[in-house]
Amino acid sequence: MPGAIYAEGLVKTFGDVRALDGVDLDVPEGTVLGMLGPNGAGKTTAVRVLTTLLRPDRGKAVVAGIDVLARPDEVRRSIGLSGQFAAVDEYLTGRENLTMVGRLYQMSGREAKRRAVELLERFHLGDAADRITKTYSGGMRRRLDLAAALVVSPPVMFMDEPTTGLDPRNRQELWDVIQELVAGGTTLLLTTQYLEEADRLAHDICVVDHGRVIARGTADQLKARTGGERVEVVVHAPEHLTVADEVLRGFGKGEGTVDPHTRKLTVPVTGGAKLLAEVIRELDLRGVEIDDIGLRRPTLDDVFLSLTGHHAEGDADDGADDGSAGRADTDGGAVGRQKRGRGGAGTAGADTGTTSDREGVK
Amino acid sequence: MTTVTEATGGAPVRTVRPRGGIGRSVRDSLVVAQRNLIRMLRIPEVVIFGLIQPIMFVVLFTYVFGGSINVPGAPVGDAQAYHEFLMAGIFAQTVTFATAGAGAGIADDMHKGLIDRFRSLPMSRGAVLTGRTLADLVQTALTLVVLAVVALLIGWRTHENLAEVLAGFALLLLLGYAFSWIGALIGLTVRTPEAATSGGLIWLFPLTFISNAFVPVNGMPAFLQHVAEWNPFSATVAAARLLFGNTIAGVPRSVTGAWPMEHPVVASVIWSVLIIVVFRTLAVRKYRSATA
Ligand SMILES: Nc1ncnc2c1ncn2[C@@H]1O[C@H](COP(=O)(O)OP(=O)(O)O)[C@@H](O)[C@H]1O
Ligand SMILES: [Mg+2]
Repeated sequence: MPGAIYAEGLVKTFGDVRALDGVDLDVPEGTVLGMLGPNGAGKTTAVRVLTTLLRPDRGKAVVAGIDVLARPDEVRRSIGLSGQFAAVDEYLTGRENLTMVGRLYQMSGREAKRRAVELLERFHLGDAADRITKTYSGGMRRRLDLAAALVVSPPVMFMDEPTTGLDPRNRQELWDVIQELVAGGTTLLLTTQYLEEADRLAHDICVVDHGRVIARGTADQLKARTGGERVEVVVHAPEHLTVADEVLRGFGKGEGTVDPHTRKLTVPVTGGAKLLAEVIRELDLRGVEIDDIGLRRPTLDDVFLSLTGHHAEGDADDGADDGSAGRADTDGGAVGRQKRGRGGAGTAGADTGTTSDREGVK
Repeated sequence: MTTVTEATGGAPVRTVRPRGGIGRSVRDSLVVAQRNLIRMLRIPEVVIFGLIQPIMFVVLFTYVFGGSINVPGAPVGDAQAYHEFLMAGIFAQTVTFATAGAGAGIADDMHKGLIDRFRSLPMSRGAVLTGRTLADLVQTALTLVVLAVVALLIGWRTHENLAEVLAGFALLLLLGYAFSWIGALIGLTVRTPEAATSGGLIWLFPLTFISNAFVPVNGMPAFLQHVAEWNPFSATVAAARLLFGNTIAGVPRSVTGAWPMEHPVVASVIWSVLIIVVFRTLAVRKYRSATA
């Protein structure tokens, strides 16, 4: 039996660009599929096809048991969509936004209002309910957008990069909300550029690149291919490389690498932030001066490297060390950590959502 | 997988009543219109700037050109005659500016992803655009009221009964509504609000100036006289002028014998309805396949 989201051979071209090049999907009811891929991989195009916004050139799609191409209006009654950019009216209040969406789902005025109140509470927007959303932070807008997608508690949900552009705290909050949602049995297709996010939220992951699914599996299977988390150290002087290598071997859970040119050492570890602290202490004790040290979790880029032998192109960023507390910048800590994205609050504008913060680990 | 436990089947689906037809269309359009009107109240600058230009035009044309433009049938240099002649033209030009408003609004909605949100909802296909054009109609009506008051204060007068005067305003509003559908199509096509504003405005200048709106067509070259008298815009100007009683008895309605000038009221309705039918069809089709 096909799942709640099913696609077969989806093809969509824009001029010369094959945004979708034969995508097959099958998401069993009540599960979460994480669609992982760099910018331009075709994630948004896939979501748009499945949510009736775009007609594919070829292929077949069935959502909630309904043929997307033949009966789009029925599909729309059974889905909720939270697009790549929070689609809320900035001059309406949170309450007005949700009420409007409810009415457009054909609820009565009273029913729509009641539902808006419920959702505002659930998404911690009760206090801001009657403020226009222009005054909301990026995270609040995202939550409101998600609430709008949930107005009718649809059995099938689509979320396109729900946490791109959010700071770690807001990201964490949104993850909690999504987890609560899927625990209730909703089928979810979630796109993301962050392996960590797919790991947290998805039962299954498919990796897309150039409109094709290049790998499928669970987060653990993917991580197994990429080697888990690592400690990375950049030492101040080349003559410290040998000592540092010795120290790292002591902590390592496998073969490490040493790059004399960049003075960078890498070693696979388990144990997270706590271990990192020990490594720093030990290096200090042995008199190794370090320029930079960090805990790196496998990123989309690492997955790509292991799957394809090349880096995720363009702006696919190292979303990994997000939220990993175990990072210390020894040279004054001024290396502009984090703050991915569109600048949090006021940026309703939406160009590409291109974000990169490669500055962390050079 | 860390937290998510065994799936428990589908989440409860709230009853989404399948509705269809006209009822759903009207209801959805009103919901969207309400949303756009709330926006207008919260960004009053837009409405206010929309008023300044026509008021400026009334004042400038009346006092700067008033003495030097000769209205056929009126004594030379009769500024009051020109003032009465002018107002229908200014009103008509003002309502066509709804094009820019509708265009910019819809382009903005595309840009912000709201059109995608709407298109993913089980709502009537034309409602987003209809709701927008209805809200613009309200704004246009408001603008006309203010403009009429200003014109009355500086000496404009009508000379027909109230019913005819109101009919004149109704034709003006119909034209404005028709033009907001042109704006809707522009907004869906250009995708950025800035482009929609300028794209919605530039072509209005030749359209409204090569017409009977600001100067009598008598003084134009013969070729332009034909263009001006067949210009859909001129039909509404002539109709409003007639219904306001701002014409001069004994002066022929048309210079070239163009049918719309001989029957301006009927012509005005025909042109406006035609524009609505054509541009609404095109805009709704474009909306269905819009890819932001
Ligand atoms: N409307 C469009 N017109 C032209 N090209 C498009 C359009 N939408 C997407 N593309 C192209 O299709 C490819 C896939 O885009 P998209 O699905 O947005 O990727 P992702 O969401 O994974 O970043 C990109 O190369 C993008 O430039
Ligand atoms: Mg995308």
